[in-house]
Amino acid sequence: MDFVMNFPFFSIMICMLAALSTFMLGRRAAAAVAKIALALTLVLSVILTVYTHGTGESFVYMMGHFPAPWGNEIRAGELEGVMAIFTCVIALLSLIAGKHSIRTQVDDTKQNLYYLITCLMEASLLALIYTNDIFTGYVFIEINTIAGCGLIMIKNSGRSIAAAIRYMVVSLVGSGLFLIGTTLLYSITGHLLMQNINESVAVLAADGSYSVTLTIITALMTVGLAIKSGLFPFHLWIPDAYAISVMPSSAMLSGMVSKGYIFLLIKLIYRVIGFDVYKSTGVFDLIFIAGIVAMIMGSVAAIRTGFLRRMTAYSSVSQIGYIFMGIGIANSLGAVAAIFHIITHGLTKSLLFIASSSFTGNKEDIKVSDLKGLGHKYPVSAATFTAAALSIIGFPLFAGFIAKMLLANASFDCGWRMYAAIGAIAVSTILNVVYFFKCIINLYAFGGFEEEKKSEGEEATKAAAGDCGISVSEAPTKCEKTLHGICATVLAIINLYIGLAPGLLSDIITKGLNVFD
Amino acid sequence: MWEQIYNHFNDIVAAILFVIGFSNLLFQKNLIKKIIGLNIMDVAIYLLLASQGYISGRLAPILSGGSENAATYINPIPSGLVLTGIVVSVSVTALMLSMTIRLYRKYKTLDLDEILIKVRKEKDNKEES
Repeated sequence: MDFVMNFPFFSIMICMLAALSTFMLGRRAAAAVAKIALALTLVLSVILTVYTHGTGESFVYMMGHFPAPWGNEIRAGELEGVMAIFTCVIALLSLIAGKHSIRTQVDDTKQNLYYLITCLMEASLLALIYTNDIFTGYVFIEINTIAGCGLIMIKNSGRSIAAAIRYMVVSLVGSGLFLIGTTLLYSITGHLLMQNINESVAVLAADGSYSVTLTIITALMTVGLAIKSGLFPFHLWIPDAYAISVMPSSAMLSGMVSKGYIFLLIKLIYRVIGFDVYKSTGVFDLIFIAGIVAMIMGSVAAIRTGFLRRMTAYSSVSQIGYIFMGIGIANSLGAVAAIFHIITHGLTKSLLFIASSSFTGNKEDIKVSDLKGLGHKYPVSAATFTAAALSIIGFPLFAGFIAKMLLANASFDCGWRMYAAIGAIAVSTILNVVYFFKCIINLYAFGGFEEEKKSEGEEATKAAAGDCGISVSEAPTKCEKTLHGICATVLAIINLYIGLAPGLLSDIITKGLNVFD
Repeated sequence: MWEQIYNHFNDIVAAILFVIGFSNLLFQKNLIKKIIGLNIMDVAIYLLLASQGYISGRLAPILSGGSENAATYINPIPSGLVLTGIVVSVSVTALMLSMTIRLYRKYKTLDLDEILIKVRKEKDNKEES
């Protein structure tokens, strides 16, 4: 056994240990520990991906000393490696870019706890990605929910706690449904490891026995995971949760937390139930239609709300619809497109939240019309915001375009699905243009420029007063501004790179999905 | 039919409890009642899970001077899963209760609708000022 095979386990443990140690550290030490842990995990994931890309196979890693049908396992391949890299990048960059937001919007005594929650979140996501045991999956879903709740309520205002409670109620319904599905699956197969369940389900499906039970199980587990990732009819908690929390929380929640559940759903389809059995239950139609409705309704809601962060949150609803539509196309191309879109959307949406944080400043949210002229004040943020917006719209050169093209490609020769998918992509793209171009035009408008100049002057005097020790400076320091700019630029460059050279990523995803069962 | 009901008595009770808990969690306005609903829902799932592993007439899977023959014991895995699940539900309940306490201190009510109305008013006031 190669030493690299230990890396999935190591990366989960590093994040867990970092989470455990941060609660007794001070603010600065906790930040350093969390960032080092995330960076280390990133390096390990990169090595793992290179290794598995080289061998072209996935491997199973035994946890504890009990062999296959009884013990617990971790499984890693290229796909898992790429997902791990993606979550680490988003978590790390959001933390670095959000230094100022965390400093000014979170209680001084609670800032180390913020890093604890982030590490816990990363650990649970990695476990969701790597696990080969469905009950372990359930446990980490719950840990993820608790960490997500912490990310939302860390601001400690009445609004954020109310948003967190709404999130918890909806999420707990979802995990309850998932757990009952797991229980039923265990009772008809007698296994908890994905591989073994898959074999037993194949036997049962060939027999034709328990077909109703299998349909109920797939429906319960799919609906549970869909509720947790915020698919259309269950999206009501999303705008509050994303728009109210501090910036790094929104970036992480929209970028990776909801995506972990979708990845688990793809695992469920390909590795637990089995693609053919899943297809015969007809649940694919359900997610396909829900995805299409989400694409349109999310965009319409984004146009109707006039606030920047709330609009970005609603845009997440529509993008999650794209991902579910990709899964619902029900072929392997659709799944590849869905995973591709998971990654591009995660990178883009976190960039949107990071960039818009410099427009909102210390306010919770601002109106889109108040963006006037801010593009001249924050050139880097405005440029990266524009890049991300263009990517979401699906402008060529950017990653979003490739994702949309893959989705459209996958739907060819799929009967009614082709018309529905391509029509929905077209309509949703136009709606995206409507609300994102409103932002971009406002950003670069000259109307409010004079006014902005004045307020900038005021801010400068305020900052000067802060230097004299009269009041604590709320404005970002130079170092924080630079780091924020660097993080946004890095995300934009990754986005552009994927858009220009999508071959490597789509190749890894295709190959990873091939060895998935 | 009666025999079917008799054989699956645990499952039927679990299903009824699940629906009761589920609807309480979703539709109750009072936060404490919501949390109670959550617990009823979890208990229903644990009942279902535990009864999957129970084999009538066998012993609890604890090895203390008894037989080492596996056929004398019930299936221990579901019991282990139930224990794990209970730990999860305890922590989630604690988190929900702590958030409820904070909201109650701030808004002096447990009614979620009322809290949301007050939160919205607070936001509007902030925007006006």
